[in-house]
Amino acid sequence: MRGWINNIAGRPQSAAAPSGIDVQGIRVRLGGRLVLDDITGRFESGSLTAIVGPNGAGKSTLLNVLAGLLRPSGGRVACPARATHRLAYLQQQTEFDRDFPMTVGELAALGLWRTIGTYRSLPRAEADRVAAAVEAVGLQDAMRRRIGDLSVGQMRRAFFARLLLQDAAVMLLDEPFAAVDARTVETLLGLIAGWHQQGHTVIAVVHDLAQVRAHFPEALLLARRPIAWGAAEAVLTGANLAQAAATA
Amino acid sequence: MTLSLYDLLVAPFEGFAFMRVALAACLALALSSAPLGVLLLLRRMALDGNVLSFAVMPGAALGFVYAGHSLAAMSIGGFASGAGVATLTGMARRGRQDAGLVVFYLVALALGVTLVAYFGSNSDVLRVLFGTVLAIDATALLQIATVSSITLLAIAVFYRAMMVEAFDPVFLRLSGGHGWRVLFMLLLLLNLTVSFQAFGTLLAIGPVLLPAAIARCWTNRPGPMMALAVLTGLVASYAGLLLSYHRNLPSGPAIVMVAGLLYGASLLLTAGLAALKPTRRRGEET
Repeated sequence: MRGWINNIAGRPQSAAAPSGIDVQGIRVRLGGRLVLDDITGRFESGSLTAIVGPNGAGKSTLLNVLAGLLRPSGGRVACPARATHRLAYLQQQTEFDRDFPMTVGELAALGLWRTIGTYRSLPRAEADRVAAAVEAVGLQDAMRRRIGDLSVGQMRRAFFARLLLQDAAVMLLDEPFAAVDARTVETLLGLIAGWHQQGHTVIAVVHDLAQVRAHFPEALLLARRPIAWGAAEAVLTGANLAQAAATA
Repeated sequence: MTLSLYDLLVAPFEGFAFMRVALAACLALALSSAPLGVLLLLRRMALDGNVLSFAVMPGAALGFVYAGHSLAAMSIGGFASGAGVATLTGMARRGRQDAGLVVFYLVALALGVTLVAYFGSNSDVLRVLFGTVLAIDATALLQIATVSSITLLAIAVFYRAMMVEAFDPVFLRLSGGHGWRVLFMLLLLLNLTVSFQAFGTLLAIGPVLLPAAIARCWTNRPGPMMALAVLTGLVASYAGLLLSYHRNLPSGPAIVMVAGLLYGASLLLTAGLAALKPTRRRGEET
């Protein structure tokens, strides 16, 4: 698995570029409701963080703020990767139109957008990288399938192929394991571990606490404001979780 | 009395200049509106498109009040009020509030009709509501042709970005692509403004939406979808004009009705074909 990722990414210097995110007193008010309050801290460059918390805790909102899609009502975000377009954001799958006429290969190839741009066609060498990425997520037999014909798990794999090619310094993943079969979760976790190894900064919203304990060194427990933030085992204590549930 | 094929299909255009101009205008409109309609459907913005077509009305009416049946005044007014509504409703950005949009189009329609009725006649009202395909003059034709050319060129050059933006605008934005949504809305508004001349407020969205909807029944590949949409748009224009000539029907509605018939036939035929041939659907893995 690691070998694949190195082949596809082909630009290991990405890890060296500073790609931490600093947040200072983030506050978000949506429709008169305080969704996020006083988020202050730092996602270190190269860290692998799980964001956990009850429903309505503001997890997706925080990702939107980090990605720069949502301007916070107060506070500051410093995210150098954003200015250089080296930030990738995989939104929840409900954001996407499954009937859109597009093949798995085309979806994956979008990951090369930054290098190929709006007008050039896909060079042959890059086509090989697309094929490699699709194979790395286990969809090599589905390269020409329409995304509308994929299962939820296959669809997620296709998006991960795009992430592989994007090779972004910072990756934001909103519930990447939701409604996905166990084998796919295993594959995706392997890819995420690979990115972590290479020094990419990965921040994922995750619901399964066992997955967090097993695979994520850092965790941010969110309930409108951060209940705890740091090493995963120190964050996911019974007391903290109870407090989060009570706050939300 | 029997008509020869020549009398039926060619003679109306040979004999009357206004029929030739109308045909040229409709064909030009179909060429650019149909692929734009495919993009509109893929973006799931059919409702926004409809609202935008009504938003052209009050501005065009003001243009009419100001300068009578002046093409320039009505076009500029229509374009301006469309752009205003698109900006106000946030259509050019992201948010969608269905109820708010519907309120907008009802008010726009009422305001436009009131203005035209107050300062003009009943026939003026009919004209802005249903258009006057057969009254298109050389200036209007030139305007339609210009908009059509600009649209086709823009879609050809920016095709990939516009498709990606339709599927995943956040991805494009984070990759450094800005302004594509605005470009799309601008092209749509231009097409609706000239379509308004021919089809009127109520039917202006017709040549945009119907061919695209028909094509979507038959294929799921974007290139062929656009080609088929253009083809059906051309056929519907031609057949609709003939129908309106031979049966003495209003031409805009005739064209839209022919397209509507094609859509109905496409729905029935594709549903029948799908029933005959069971296809694999998503979800065999999980």
